[in-house]
Amino acid sequence: MKILAFAEQRDNAFRKSAFETVTAGRKLAGESGAELVALVIGGKVSPIAESLGSYGAARVLVVEEAKLQRYSTTAYAKVVAEVAAKEKADILLLPATAMGKDLAPRVAVKLEAGLAADCTALAWVDGNVEATRPVYAGKALLDVRIGTPRKVFTLRPNVFTAEKAGDSKAAVEQCAISLGDADYSVQVKEVAQSSGRLDVAEADIVVSGGRGLKGPENFKMIEELAGVLGAAVGASRAVVDAGWRPHDEQVGQTGKTVSPSLYIAVGISGAIQHLAGMSSSKYIVAINKDKDAPIFGVADYGIVGDAFEVVPALTQEVKKLLGK
Amino acid sequence: MKIVVCVNHVPDTETKVKVGSDGVSIDKTGVNFIMNPYDEFGVEEALRVKQKHGGEVTAVSLGGDTHKETLRKALAMGVDKAVLLKDDSPRDSLSVAKALADYLKGISPDVLFFGKQSIDSDNGAVGSMVAELLGMPSVNVVVKLEIEGTTVKAEREIEGGHEKVETRLPVVITAQKGLNEPRYPSLKGIMAAKSKPIEEITPTPASLHVEVLAMRKPPAKSAGKILGTDASAVAELVRLLHEEAKVL
Ligand SMILES: Cc1cc2nc3c(=O)[nH]c(=O)nc-3n(C[C@H](O)[C@H](O)[C@H](O)COP(=O)(O)OP(=O)(O)OC[C@H]3O[C@@H](n4cnc5c(N)ncnc54)[C@H](O)[C@@H]3O)c2cc1C
Ligand SMILES: Nc1ncnc2c1ncn2[C@@H]1O[C@H](COP(=O)(O)O)[C@@H](O)[C@H]1O
Repeated sequence: MKILAFAEQRDNAFRKSAFETVTAGRKLAGESGAELVALVIGGKVSPIAESLGSYGAARVLVVEEAKLQRYSTTAYAKVVAEVAAKEKADILLLPATAMGKDLAPRVAVKLEAGLAADCTALAWVDGNVEATRPVYAGKALLDVRIGTPRKVFTLRPNVFTAEKAGDSKAAVEQCAISLGDADYSVQVKEVAQSSGRLDVAEADIVVSGGRGLKGPENFKMIEELAGVLGAAVGASRAVVDAGWRPHDEQVGQTGKTVSPSLYIAVGISGAIQHLAGMSSSKYIVAINKDKDAPIFGVADYGIVGDAFEVVPALTQEVKKLLGK
Repeated sequence: MKIVVCVNHVPDTETKVKVGSDGVSIDKTGVNFIMNPYDEFGVEEALRVKQKHGGEVTAVSLGGDTHKETLRKALAMGVDKAVLLKDDSPRDSLSVAKALADYLKGISPDVLFFGKQSIDSDNGAVGSMVAELLGMPSVNVVVKLEIEGTTVKAEREIEGGHEKVETRLPVVITAQKGLNEPRYPSLKGIMAAKSKPIEEITPTPASLHVEVLAMRKPPAKSAGKILGTDASAVAELVRLLHEEAKVL
């Protein structure tokens, strides 16, 4: 049996999710006795490929072409599916990132495979993979098993922690997949990065603000706290709808589902739709004036107080701790 | 231009999920169902594309009779036609996609809209799967769309930014919040929708690729410690985050 782990890179550097996916693959390989192979696709990715060895991939396949420097849904999907077929991989692991979520459904169709999306746990049980995936934005969990011979799983970022298994270098093999112009029918022309802004779905710490902040200008104190923590800024839908914050910061059932190690909710009441998106965070801190706010029902630590007083003090205290 | 939008009918976001007696799905008692919120962006964009380029908009839903409510809403918003692929057997995303693709093959839409994901199953897969089955390009999680001739320019959300993507018609687009502000159906629209027919078609039968073994509630989070009522609690908070939670 063989597991193929897709190691995501952008601009010839691995994303954190690459190490998470390979680590998850190594653990599943350990439980099942399967072989683990990693796959890297890009423009110039050979130099980084061997580093996946330390996460447990003995072999890394590289599909490299100048045109693959920029992401293309159609070309990448073809490469993943053809490599999986060539390698006779039984289990495919991709990250549930913007790229992985874009690829996995197409790859599943090409391989006639069932797909379990956005999994938060994988286990080897009675000769098959059992996956856990949150549904209803985390209000419930499903335990699922894929019945097709080939199986595709996407793994939620930040849940499967990346762990090194040693410092061995992987054997890197070039793998040729022939791609014609038609395979690039969808292609990224330009990536507009919001300068230096961390994404809520990827960040290890998220500081979110809600209507309790009274106005968009007061998010400055949220940004300052996020800055010293190296955190991403999140928001409730109320403040996104009010135009105080951009859509991509919204946390919740119709925003992003996040699972950081620390989630700090400031001036957020904790509506059911908000809780759905963040209650799987490892630690939750709530700062709210109202002691009866539902957010306290899921918070590990709470301060019933005025955000305008507590947040600046918290920023100072964290600075002290981190020696900044 | 032939424009199609696929719409799903899902429990509303207020729903407190209870596991049903079958142990693999939710207890639907008292649950209110709505048009999947992301599909509202799809319907709106479909109507805007029609407004600009002319053509006809068809809304399609796969499911039981209750899905007609969501199709009625699409009609009330202004779509021209509604089609129900009537079947309420359990399906995974691939079996939903196969049934939709089988039906859509016969229509050959120029632009095919989906939501970025259903808020019940949270798969985010059906749009891309249908695109692959029909051999169409797709752009997912789209927040901006421009169609000029057969050229399609779309912006999609990725971690910490946007990708500007170019492709051509016919195309599959999955809609993300931010693409537009969905219109509210007008009273006239609602009245007119009541008398518009909903075509019913029997889809290809479901074969399941993914088996649900169990649905369960996540371990309940219990309320933690309230550390104080003002800034004087901050030192203790930072100490706990550092020493107890070890997240700082
Ligand atoms: C279809 C649908 C989908 C939705 N999806 C989402 C979603 O994805 N995400 C989401 O977040 N919401 C979502 N909502 C909205 C949700 O129901 C709530 O309306 C929203 O989360 C409330 O935002 P809030 O907590 O910022 O505001 P409020 O509920 O108004 O809460 C503000 C809080 O700030 C506190 N406060 C006030 N002043 C201070 C102060 N000086 N210091 C400290 N605290 C203070 C108050 O006590 C209060 O608890 C959705 C709703 C619907 C209908
Ligand atoms: N039963 C269905 N009928 C029509 N469209 C659907 C159905 N299920 C999913 N879709 C469409 O596919 C999108 C993605 O759904 P999903 O892959 O289930 O998250 C939804 O936003 C809908 O546009």
